[in-house]
Amino acid sequence: MAVHVYSVTREPLVVGKKTLHEITHDVCHSIEGKPSMLWWLGFLTTGGIAAIGVITMFYQMYTGIGTWGLNKTVGWGFDITNFVFWIGIGHAGTLISAVLFLFRQKWRTSINRSAEAMTLFAVLCALIYPTIHMGRPWIGPLWIAPYPNLRGPLWVNFRSPLLWDVFAISTYFTISACFWYIGLVPDLATVRDRAKHWLRKIFYGTLSLGWNGSVRNWNHYETAYMIFAGLSTPLVFSVHTIVSFDFATSVIPGWHTTIFPPYFVAGAIFSGFAMVLTLLLIARKTMRLEAYINDVTLDNMAKIVLLTGSLVGLAYGTEFFIAWYSGSLYEGFAFINRATGPFAWSYWIMVSCNVISPQILWFKKLRRNPWVLFVMSIFVNIGMWFERFVIIVTSLHRDYLPSSWAYYKLTWVEYTELIGTFGIFFFMFFVFIRFLPGIAFGEVKGVNKFARHDDHAHAEVKHA
Amino acid sequence: MPKPPVPLFCGVFSDEDDTLEATKACREAGFEFYDVYAPYAVHGLDRAMGLPFSKVTWVTFCFGALGMTIALSGMTYASWWDWPLNVGGKEALPFPAFVPITFELTVLIGGVCTMLGMFAMCLLFPGKKALLLHKGQTDDKFVIALKKGENFNEQKAREIFTRHHAEEMHHRDSHYNAADEPATGGAA
Repeated sequence: MAVHVYSVTREPLVVGKKTLHEITHDVCHSIEGKPSMLWWLGFLTTGGIAAIGVITMFYQMYTGIGTWGLNKTVGWGFDITNFVFWIGIGHAGTLISAVLFLFRQKWRTSINRSAEAMTLFAVLCALIYPTIHMGRPWIGPLWIAPYPNLRGPLWVNFRSPLLWDVFAISTYFTISACFWYIGLVPDLATVRDRAKHWLRKIFYGTLSLGWNGSVRNWNHYETAYMIFAGLSTPLVFSVHTIVSFDFATSVIPGWHTTIFPPYFVAGAIFSGFAMVLTLLLIARKTMRLEAYINDVTLDNMAKIVLLTGSLVGLAYGTEFFIAWYSGSLYEGFAFINRATGPFAWSYWIMVSCNVISPQILWFKKLRRNPWVLFVMSIFVNIGMWFERFVIIVTSLHRDYLPSSWAYYKLTWVEYTELIGTFGIFFFMFFVFIRFLPGIAFGEVKGVNKFARHDDHAHAEVKHA
Repeated sequence: MPKPPVPLFCGVFSDEDDTLEATKACREAGFEFYDVYAPYAVHGLDRAMGLPFSKVTWVTFCFGALGMTIALSGMTYASWWDWPLNVGGKEALPFPAFVPITFELTVLIGGVCTMLGMFAMCLLFPGKKALLLHKGQTDDKFVIALKKGENFNEQKAREIFTRHHAEEMHHRDSHYNAADEPATGGAA
C-alpha cells in the first residue's frame, strides 16, 4: 500500500467524497442532457447582442471610421482600449493552466479548462478591434506578405513594436489553443465512451483521436503538457510586455515609461482573474459545480486578485512619483492632468475600482463569499477597462500644442460595438459549456484524494 | 496487414494506489506489460511500468531551434540584405529589436510541433478507433494488461492482482474492444 501523507491544515480540493465516476458524471451531465432554460436564455440573449455588434461593425466598415468619435488629437482611443482590455482578459487562462501548473497549485484543476477557453475567446474579441480599425480589412493580408511593387519587395518593419505585437498575439492564441486542446483530449475520450447518439460518437470520437488512456501515451502526454506549461509561462509574460511596448517605446508623456511592462502584466492578470471570477461564479451556480469550484478555489483566486490589484495600485503611485521626480515638465503635466483634467472622472473610476475595491479581500470571510466576489469582480472589470482608457486617451487629448487640445466622446457606434464584443465573448462561452467539458475532470480526478482523510473501500474481487 | 492479436491477462482496479503498487509488483515479478490504462495521469505509473522518459522533448528542442533560425535569418534577410530601410536612423541589423519576434517564433513552431509530435508518438489521429479493454477505463477503472508469453505464470499474476484489490480479472487479446460489447462488465 502506498503511504499518503495527509495535511491536517489543508482543505480538500473536491468537496464531498466523490467517486471518480461521480466526478465524470457531474461534469458530463451538463453536456449530455437537454440544455436548461437558463442556458437557452443566455445563449439567445448573448447571440442577439453579438449579432447587433457585428451588424454595427459592418455599418462602420461601410460608412467609415468617422463613425467613431476619434479626432486629430485623440487618434487612438476606442479600438486600442478595447484591444488591450480583451488581451488582458485573456491572460488569466494561460496563467492558471501554465504558471500555476509549474507551481504545483492543484486547486487550478477545476478552473483551468474554462479559464483557457475564456482566453481564446477574449483574444478573438481583441483581434476584432485592430481588424475593424483598418477601415478596409480585406486588403489586410497584403500588408503582412511582401508584395511586388515598383520599389521591389516591400517588407514590414521588424523594428516596430506594433509588428512584434502581431507575432505575440498570434503565437499566444495558437499556443493557448494547442494547450487547451491537449488538455481536452482525454476528457473528450471519456465523453465519447459515454455517448449514446451516433452523431455524438462521431463528433467526440474524431476530436479525441482514439485516446484510450494508455500509460505509454500518458508518458508522452505528461511530458508534452509540462513542455507546454514551460513554453506558455514566458509567453504569457511576453505578450502583455509587448503590448505595453506599443506605448512605452513612443515619446508621448504618460506612455514613455519603463514601468509599463510589469505594470501591464500585473494589470492583465488582475483583469483576467476578475473575468474568470465573473464567469465561473455564474457557471458554478447554474451548472451546480459548487463541489469543484468551491471555497478553496474562490479564496485562492481572490488572493491573486488582491495581490495583482495592489501591484497595479503600486504602479499608479510609482508613475506619479516618477513623473514628479524626473523633473520633466510634460510628464508632470500629463499626470496632473489625468487626475484633475477633463478626464478626471475616468481616472477616479479607475482608482476606486482597481485599487480600493479589491482591498476588501484582506478578509477571509469576504474572500469566500460568492456574492461579494461577484460584485467586486464586476467593479474590477469596469476599472480595468477604464485603466486602458485613461492611459490612452488622457495622454493624447492634451498634447504639446494647446490649440490642438480636444475632448473624446464615444459615439453610439463605439458603445454598440463594445457591448457587441461582450455579446460575442459570452456567446462563445455558452457554446463552449454546452459542447465541451467545462471542467478538466481528468485533472480533477488526479487531485480528488488531496487532503481527504477517508479510507478507501474496496469492491469485492470478481474472479475471471 | 493487421497485426496478429496478442493474448493478454488483464486486472481491473478502481484505485490509483492499488494500480501503482500492482504495477510495481508485476514488474518485480518479471511480467511483461502490454500496457496499463488509467483514466487520468497517475504520477509515477509510467516509471513503475519501466517506461523510459518521453523523447518528445527532442521534438520541442529541434523545432524550437528551427523556429529561432527562421526568425533570425528571415528578419536579417528582409531588413538588412534585401531592402535596408532607414526608419528614424535606426540600425538595419539591430539584434535587440529582433528578440521579441525570435522568441515568439521559437515558441510558436516549437509548441505546435510538440503537440503534433506527441500525437504522432502516441499514434493518435482523427478517426482512429479507440480500443478499450474495459468500458470504464476512460472513466473510473484502471487496467493492467500483461502479455501471456511462453512462461506466463497465471497463478502468480492472479495472486498479485488479488493482493492489490483487483475488482475483475479477464483473459483478453489485443484486438478486443469493450466498446463493441453490448452489455457492461461480464467476466470472461
